[in-house]
Amino acid sequence: MARMNLLQAVNNALTIAMEQDERVMVFGEDVGHFGGVFRATSHLQEKFGKPRCFNTPLTEQGIIGFANGLAAQGAVPVAEIQFGDYIFPAFDQIVNETAKFRYRSGGQFSCGTLTIRTPYGGGIAGGHYHSQSPEAFFAHCPGLKIVIPRDPYQAKGLLLASIRDDNPVLFMEPKRLYRASVADVPEDDFELPLGKADLVQEGRDITLVGWGAQVEILQKAAQMSLQDGISCEVIDLRSILPWDRLMVAESVMKTGRLLINHEAPLTGGFASEIAAAIQEQCFLYLEAPIARVCGLDTPYPLAHEKEYMPDEYKTYEAIKRTMTY
Amino acid sequence: MQDRNHLARVKATHQVEVIENGLIDIPMLQILQSDGTLHPGASAPPLSQDVAVKILHTMQYIRILDERMIAAQRQGRISFYLACTGEEAAAVGSVAALSDQDMIMSQYREQGALAYRGYSTAQFMNQMFSNQLDPNKGRQMPIHYGDKALNFMTISSPLATQIPQAAGYAYGQKMAGNDAITICYFGEGAASEGDFHAGLNMAAVLNCPVVFFCRNNGYAISTPAEEQFAGDGIASRGIGYGIKTIRVDGNDVLAVYAATQEARRIAVEQRCPVLIEAMSYRLAAHSTSDDPSGYRSRDEEDKWRAKDPVARMIHWLDSQGWFDESQNSKWLEQSRQEVLAALKEAEKVPVNPIEDIVEDVYDSVPWHLSAQLEQLKSHIKKYPEVYPKTSGRVK
Repeated sequence: MARMNLLQAVNNALTIAMEQDERVMVFGEDVGHFGGVFRATSHLQEKFGKPRCFNTPLTEQGIIGFANGLAAQGAVPVAEIQFGDYIFPAFDQIVNETAKFRYRSGGQFSCGTLTIRTPYGGGIAGGHYHSQSPEAFFAHCPGLKIVIPRDPYQAKGLLLASIRDDNPVLFMEPKRLYRASVADVPEDDFELPLGKADLVQEGRDITLVGWGAQVEILQKAAQMSLQDGISCEVIDLRSILPWDRLMVAESVMKTGRLLINHEAPLTGGFASEIAAAIQEQCFLYLEAPIARVCGLDTPYPLAHEKEYMPDEYKTYEAIKRTMTY
Repeated sequence: MQDRNHLARVKATHQVEVIENGLIDIPMLQILQSDGTLHPGASAPPLSQDVAVKILHTMQYIRILDERMIAAQRQGRISFYLACTGEEAAAVGSVAALSDQDMIMSQYREQGALAYRGYSTAQFMNQMFSNQLDPNKGRQMPIHYGDKALNFMTISSPLATQIPQAAGYAYGQKMAGNDAITICYFGEGAASEGDFHAGLNMAAVLNCPVVFFCRNNGYAISTPAEEQFAGDGIASRGIGYGIKTIRVDGNDVLAVYAATQEARRIAVEQRCPVLIEAMSYRLAAHSTSDDPSGYRSRDEEDKWRAKDPVARMIHWLDSQGWFDESQNSKWLEQSRQEVLAALKEAEKVPVNPIEDIVEDVYDSVPWHLSAQLEQLKSHIKKYPEVYPKTSGRVK
């Protein structure tokens, strides 16, 4: 065990993956000698050489197009998009190419070895273009996996699993936790399963579902609710696509209530998918409407960041509303 | 830290100087004249009789296939087709200059490259009829070929996406330490996409052994080249990216062959990209969904028909004593029969069973897709007459 923050855990996972498989290559904007704008790729070029850890020109569609070709060739690319906000120039490559490569070729070719890492999320005074949470755009795209860790331990285990998974994975890192979240992380190689949610905290009265940095918000709201005698079950979804409907449904059948929280805007956010699927499966168990506590349907604001965020107070209020419905 | 001075190559001037288009004059390599003799000062690339005849046969075969399949589409037997009439020399001449180990990443008008590699008539047909023998499992539109064994990457419709992919593929080949390269085909219209810029720049900066092969055929559907770009074609851009560049007469198969051979040599030896711009003309309609009479003249087409790459190659082979008219006619007739027979055969092969609809989305079928498949199957069982292609085999 070693104390690591989330960035160190990512760096440690990349180091292990590169040591263990020489086909693993890490690239993107400023990831080379400099080690990345957040330093997630520090010392990788030094350790593994420039051909395996390198800067690319400043072109997101180029980075992912290049990564698709590299993956199809049999290498194991781990491409970095500097901010999730800048992934959209690569949207065509990801949605039309990466995700459909295997299906359209009848399994002859695939981008299964590709992992795309990108920092996402707000809470760092990042304004419109350093705060977005674009997971729902990609959740609508069959062929991709989407994974979001909540802390350093999860980050290392899930990133190693993502790199080795034989499907393209969009790995989104909550950047407000990069240095804020510190945990004991095994120094050895280990993996956490993709597509499986994690039961963070057991409870009786209501199920709270979230992912990434918002899991901490759910835990705080659960703590606040405890003073009102409300017992919350907290689930970290971890994988957005495919997502663990079984665990959420089982929990809701027990508690009878569900609240979903995400930073991204409400309309078309992934909470809509969860809410629809759970009301379909758990209709007779639900004792209140499913609550969604999300970002507003606005671009991510700067001055009103605090007001925009689906924080623990908004979550706490929604828990009480749901409990007293 | 290393001192990097990007101004090192820049020459100073002390008067305002405007650099204009046309200052770099990129010539077009021509070897064969239309009568099959060599241009003065040109020499034919070394080419055995076998290879030369294979090149001709492949071009002729594609012409037969194109004619037959356009007719099949008109008859409603396949949903879509896309011919390469007039441009056969570009794909066939270039692939002939490559190693079979080299990866081909194509746009969609390069069926000649695939035929040259050995894709069989049956394989062409199975793909176009999207039957259960199609390696794409019937999932993509006709002409979206792909064959792993022949190192031909499966085609996709979004234009230019294969250009940065080719850079990445070639980088992987270089890292794997083999001498194979990647050739990447695209049209002059696709070269206006952002992925062209991304791909060429990345290939140049990251030293990828890839040959970018642009078929400049004058049109992107109805859009003529002068509405596509204002510069000196696509070749001039290669220079801007620091990429070694050749412009070639795309209707001159010897010139295409010679240019590609040189491009491949450079890519292998110097581990860097090369750009080839082949100047040609799209004599075919863009596709079976297009009628070119709405945007160009018969006269213009006739002018290019006179520059037919197939006729030019026949003249040259004849001058080498390698062409036999009656044998060739017999071969043409055989090929027509073969195409027709394969078409009838492929038409009879059923599509894949319905289970296939959820395969290959991921490496294994996830829970939600299994659930959706079960739901679909019970629906088909309830209304078998509505889904005749699959209902007979739903268990």
